[in-house]
Amino acid sequence: MSAPELQGISLLRYLWRQLTSMRTALILLLLLGLASIPGSVFPQRTQSPLKVREYFENNPSGAKLMDRFYLFDVYGSPWFSAIYLLLFISLIGCVIPRSWHYFREIFKAPTPAPSSLENMEGFQQLDGKLSDAEKWLKKNRFRIARSGKTIAAEKGYLRETGNLVFHLSLIVVLLGIAGSSVFGMRGEAIINVGERFINTPTSYDNLAPGRFFSIANLPPFTIKANNFDATYDPETNAPLDYTLTVTTQDAIDAPLIKRTVKVNEPLTFGSTRVYLQANGYSPLVTVKDKTGAVKFEGPVPFLPQDANLTSIGAIKVPDMDPQIGFVGSFLPTAARDKVRGGFSSFPELLDPRLLVSVWKGDLKMDTGVPQSVYRIDTDEMERIGLWALRIGETYQFEVGSITFNGVIPWVNLQVVRDPGKQYALFGSILAIIGLMISLFIRQRRIWVREVNGKLEIAGLALNRLPGLEDEIHRMVTEMKGAK
Amino acid sequence: MSKTDWAYLSNDLVYGALFVYTIAFIIYTYETAFAVKANKEGSSSEIDRTKTAKSGRIATFVYAIATIVLLLGVVARGVSAGRVPWSNMYEFSITGALTFSLAYLIVGRKYDLRWLGLPISIAVLLILGTAITLLYRPTAPLVPALKSTWLVVHVAAAILSGGVFLLSNTIAATYLWLDSMERKGERSAFAKRLPSLEVLDQLSYRLVAFVFPLWTFAVIAGAIWAEAAWGRYWGWDPKETWAFITWILYAAYLHARVTAGWKGRKAAWLCLLAGSTYLFNYVWVNVWGTGRHTYSGL
Repeated sequence: MSAPELQGISLLRYLWRQLTSMRTALILLLLLGLASIPGSVFPQRTQSPLKVREYFENNPSGAKLMDRFYLFDVYGSPWFSAIYLLLFISLIGCVIPRSWHYFREIFKAPTPAPSSLENMEGFQQLDGKLSDAEKWLKKNRFRIARSGKTIAAEKGYLRETGNLVFHLSLIVVLLGIAGSSVFGMRGEAIINVGERFINTPTSYDNLAPGRFFSIANLPPFTIKANNFDATYDPETNAPLDYTLTVTTQDAIDAPLIKRTVKVNEPLTFGSTRVYLQANGYSPLVTVKDKTGAVKFEGPVPFLPQDANLTSIGAIKVPDMDPQIGFVGSFLPTAARDKVRGGFSSFPELLDPRLLVSVWKGDLKMDTGVPQSVYRIDTDEMERIGLWALRIGETYQFEVGSITFNGVIPWVNLQVVRDPGKQYALFGSILAIIGLMISLFIRQRRIWVREVNGKLEIAGLALNRLPGLEDEIHRMVTEMKGAK
Repeated sequence: MSKTDWAYLSNDLVYGALFVYTIAFIIYTYETAFAVKANKEGSSSEIDRTKTAKSGRIATFVYAIATIVLLLGVVARGVSAGRVPWSNMYEFSITGALTFSLAYLIVGRKYDLRWLGLPISIAVLLILGTAITLLYRPTAPLVPALKSTWLVVHVAAAILSGGVFLLSNTIAATYLWLDSMERKGERSAFAKRLPSLEVLDQLSYRLVAFVFPLWTFAVIAGAIWAEAAWGRYWGWDPKETWAFITWILYAAYLHARVTAGWKGRKAAWLCLLAGSTYLFNYVWVNVWGTGRHTYSGL
């Protein structure tokens, strides 16, 4: 009964040997490159969820089929993970036995000379003494083994060390990346200038904690946005500078600190960093009912649609009867043409305009289905008005009024805890060092043999780097000179 | 001098470089044609270089002058913008043409690369011509995401690697061309003066082995920068993805050569494929692609 079991083990052993072979590793490496291509061709949920949604709207059946093959989540897909996990298992299976082999090699004598040196690299014959050759090799710090009339010498052992360091450090990088995704978190929050962000789960517009990240571990800092300055090039409309000034507290009763945040200069709270990622405008509006009672008041963040910050948004007033919704666009510098209608021609507030269409009916905010704060489902609503407002203007409609009081900027803060990144960085630096050692250090053997009173010298460049023949030449000339 | 003056000076210098490169191209063409003729007349097996050595030297000298003019043009572009001139495709292209030319001239000091002069000058003329006609943009200030010391480090490493990759690609392509010729029979008269297949094979490998750590560094420097600017060090942005693919292919190439003992044709194809992904990344992601690496039009 033990025969099939043995077969099982030998099969496993066979598979393991196949998996850890150089050939398989190379194929897996090439496959990994091939597998990452679709993610650069199709929109990915992790980067542009809106484009994925667009894809589904334009081609529902095709998109559904593609989704089944994870083509919108390529880098988190089972097949992509399978390839890189296999590759790393193969790598570990390659590197660890090799390290062990190499460790024993260090204490071994250099490889004995082949029976004939004539076919090796840089073959030379000369008159000389074996002891001179040995002296030269010793002086040039070769490791030497002499047996009878033959010397075997080797140098450049560090190359293999570099090779191993490189491959082992790739494993460190992968562990760092894995650590980040498991123990880290990232979240985003839009805050209006003047508001304060308190780092609790409810403050986030979206929050993605890693599997082993405990929400209770969110550091208790607060950030108050004091001022946001955006400057733009008057000719190209391209942004020149974003500067956010904030007052932060590491904890509720900690001292207040004034700081600035820029695109390349995030805030740091321990292992958590806060990035300035996007900005836009929040029109300040007041909505009153027929009796003049205020039903809604405050800033409403609008979502930019283009580089000139033409923005769209929605103002929902469920407290009115019937419920009222405003579908709006905001133009920091209003312009108009026949094709686009109203649009913004510059991202700064040169001539701000708020365009609203007023809808009455059911906002469907009680259905429990999550809604976009920037959109209103107007399918079962009736439009009762349409107007363009300048700052200070009021528009009267059937059941109330809306006043456009002003504009404040908002900023999108991205909060990231990435505990694995130091390890990934450390691994990367180590990888480069290992790589340079393994590519630039020549590992070579030189053999010297005395045959009929003459010396034969030849060698082998283990990693095929040039220079061995020159070295043998130098050795021969210096040996002659020494005489 | 005002910023505009520097910008005009830079444009003039880049045009000037294009002109001088054209002269180098003409002399290289003359040299090649003459060498072919000399080879036809002379003994069929010997490679006769003595007759063309002088014109070849002159061509390379003119090529070096063009490269100096281009260097000055790139520097003037930087002065006019008040920063390193690496923020759009026009600037990448003129700098790329410069590093490619420098790689050719520097490697040429050690190995005889004069035979490469003709294809290299054609490539540089194409790069510069496209840059001037299609990609030109007036100097503009940097967008906030690019305001970082990493712009210098990351982009310099990427462009330098690109120049050397391109040179290694040219050599690998020459290898494949000569190889197919030799398999059919003899090399044509023009090709007789080119180095042996083995020399080409070794040279393209050495260039890749030399520059691969730099490319690795370029990718890592990009990751460090992305962490500061975008809040993540790796996000599978199309540019990142293709840089990764280039890295993987060159890594596979080095493994195939050193460990699996690949040589010659197979290795040259792999080298060519890897280099093409670099070019593809440069052109496709910048022009048609999406993602965070697209700035200011082009």
